[in-house]
Amino acid sequence: MLLCALSIFAIVALIATELVSSSRLSLHKFGFGFFLRSAWDPVTNNFGALPFIYGTLASSILGLIIAVPLAVGVAVFITEMCPRLLRGPLSFLTELLAAIPSVVYGLWAIFVLVPLLRGYVNPVLIKILGWTGLFQTPDFGIGLFAAGVILAIMILPIISSLTREVMTAVPSAQREAVLALGATRWEMIRVGVLRNARIGIVGSIILGLGRALGETMAVAMVIGSNPTIHRNLLAPAATMASVIANEFAEAADDTYRSALVEIGLALFLVTIVVNILARLLVWGVTRGTPPRTA
Amino acid sequence: MNPRLKTSGANRKLRWVANHTATGLAVLSTILVIAPLVAIFADLVYKGASSLNWNFFTKLPAPVGELGGGMANAILGSATLLVLASAMGVPVGIAAGIYLAEFGRGTKLSNLVRFTADVLNGVPSIVMGIAVYALIVAPMKGFSAFAGGVALGIMMVPTVARTTEEMLLMVPLSIREAALGLGVPNWRSVLSITLKTALPGVITGCMLAFARIAGETAPLLFTAFGSPFWSMSLNQPIGALPLQIYVYALSPYDEWHRLAWAGSLVLIVLIVLSVALVRFVTTRGVLKGAS
Amino acid sequence: MGVSIEVNNLNAWYGANHALLDITLHIPPNEATALIGPSGCGKSTFVRCLNRMHETNPIGRVTGGVKVSGVDIYSDISAVEVRRRIGMVFQRPNPFPTMSIYDNVASGLRLNGFRNRRVLDEVVQRSLQQAALWDEVKDDLKKKSGASLSGGQQQRLCIARALAVDPEVLLMDEPASALDPVSTAKIEDLIFQLKSQYTIVIVTHNMQQAARVAERTGFFLNGRLVEFDSTHKIFTNPGDKRTEDYITGRFG
Repeated sequence: MLLCALSIFAIVALIATELVSSSRLSLHKFGFGFFLRSAWDPVTNNFGALPFIYGTLASSILGLIIAVPLAVGVAVFITEMCPRLLRGPLSFLTELLAAIPSVVYGLWAIFVLVPLLRGYVNPVLIKILGWTGLFQTPDFGIGLFAAGVILAIMILPIISSLTREVMTAVPSAQREAVLALGATRWEMIRVGVLRNARIGIVGSIILGLGRALGETMAVAMVIGSNPTIHRNLLAPAATMASVIANEFAEAADDTYRSALVEIGLALFLVTIVVNILARLLVWGVTRGTPPRTA
Repeated sequence: MNPRLKTSGANRKLRWVANHTATGLAVLSTILVIAPLVAIFADLVYKGASSLNWNFFTKLPAPVGELGGGMANAILGSATLLVLASAMGVPVGIAAGIYLAEFGRGTKLSNLVRFTADVLNGVPSIVMGIAVYALIVAPMKGFSAFAGGVALGIMMVPTVARTTEEMLLMVPLSIREAALGLGVPNWRSVLSITLKTALPGVITGCMLAFARIAGETAPLLFTAFGSPFWSMSLNQPIGALPLQIYVYALSPYDEWHRLAWAGSLVLIVLIVLSVALVRFVTTRGVLKGAS
Repeated sequence: MGVSIEVNNLNAWYGANHALLDITLHIPPNEATALIGPSGCGKSTFVRCLNRMHETNPIGRVTGGVKVSGVDIYSDISAVEVRRRIGMVFQRPNPFPTMSIYDNVASGLRLNGFRNRRVLDEVVQRSLQQAALWDEVKDDLKKKSGASLSGGQQQRLCIARALAVDPEVLLMDEPASALDPVSTAKIEDLIFQLKSQYTIVIVTHNMQQAARVAERTGFFLNGRLVEFDSTHKIFTNPGDKRTEDYITGRFG
């Protein structure tokens, strides 16, 4: 039994060593500048990961911006506002969102979400926010923005369910204390619950970020696979995970493959750090065994 | 009543408005969250159900342009991979879970293991794929079902370990004490009684991991690789349902798009059934002899 | 000045459980009124009906009239306004852990829209003085969190927090039951001081405490008000046999 428990460490070690050894070629050739350069040319074997780092960060942050208010809003509604009878069904539905596989999200995004964005949402954004340079023509629907939207839908359930857990963990005595001062319900939620739960909520947001950073299939299907950095959010881009997904199987050259593995190594390290940070924050609030993620 | 503290009428109105605005925003958020869920399921049924016929489940993919093809090999491939993955991941995961719940409870080591398992659950699955590629595919000089099974199996271990631990922890102390009171040495009592009591929960925990793995595509991209044919051996590439959906979705052919929707519907139905079952077991507390 | 409270035929339920039956009494102004009775007799429920906290329970229901200075708190004004004017201190101190001492006391004021720094400073100091906590915390107002104080100090902080919004009535639900004897004595001294400005209703399971601080005492049993009279009379010559049994320790 102990051996099997230790296997968890073995798995982590295994992944780490394989990643490091397979990226050695690229590490030697490009050094750490690999992550600061913008280049991706399999023909001349010139690789730089900056466009993918940009794509990953931009799509993830965009996803968070959309998801966090909605997730907290749902959590507040389910925990503090909705009738008791609805609580079970609503929380089940939000958890169901977490059960949908990434590739199915991608399929839906390609055929339903992207046309919707291209037809109705993006023109409005171009008209209203075009001056910022963030939303410009040409708009094919596919691109960073679409990836951000589908990411938002995908990380919503994890942020929401964890927020709900930390909110429920706030003792009712705190709620009563605020009410007894003569507060409205929203004030009670704001001062008595959200304020007390804020560390845990931040933790759940970081956990959502971790999910978004590593999300592969749905993003690969709608981001357009273009390894360049644009200010225009409607332009096609690429993320660390999407470039690996799209190019690894066909990468014939050792250096090429090694560069992709190095990107994978970076992804591995970043998601581990982000997850550790998030877990530490959430553990501190809920005390005891941490909640299980979907 | 004689109010001494003078609150302004404007302030009271503002608070009233803020209160109702907050409620409105919360309701709006809930609707905006449920809407995509409903839309996705509706689209799956609408676009996928019509292609679910006998051909779908029994035929191989047809050449481009021809109708009547199916995803039979992908379904069988997924089943094969899941069996492989479970054979590797479930025993290790359950054993780790037993350790965490019964023997290492409260120790620093088990806390570290649990923490690491949770962190591992957050690592992107494509990274697992790369690691298994380097470990198995490269030396073996070819994609294989075996590699795919290993990649998925590795992913099952932390999930199964944590759910097993949680289910075991739900078995009340009184049952363990009864077992010890019968004079049975510790590890036997754990296995025979506690595990038996928690078994329904543990099984559904495995199903949860199963359901999660069933939908995974990324780790299979360069391990199992996918195939349009029946797989004859574990050393050959093998098709899988999510892989096939991915390929079909990105293709330019309408017929394949239809198949992708159908395949997604099948996948979703299986996953939803598992999730619902898990919820049923954990909220009803179906632990024989407990409560 | 404090105000009087008229309770007429108050009934309260928890779902199907009829917790309070036809309670009628008159609580005089600027006095401390004690409510005693065995566990589960309804005294806490009663007090929570006085500031409309009972209805925050999803299965809580109230019928009957509660008038404070002639104003019916259930039909004439909003619950939010009621709770501002009728303050409450709970059995277990519940300061806000994420806020400093200053912010704890000022929280009610801020909710009501008071932002002027000078006004807040003034009220915070006055409230902490009234709660006999000022001298102990005046140097750490913004540095220490509300939860870092001792139990007795936390409860006085909660009293200051309640007083800061200038209520007319102060409801205290077994305020000293979770505290040590020294803190209890401090709280009882406090009640003596506060009586001149507020009407106080104190729930207590400690009969000696009732005898020490209250002019009037009500005895609750099984959801009914059995007897309500001057404290002296209740404890020396109770009119009802059940009161006498409780006082002499025959049950509860």
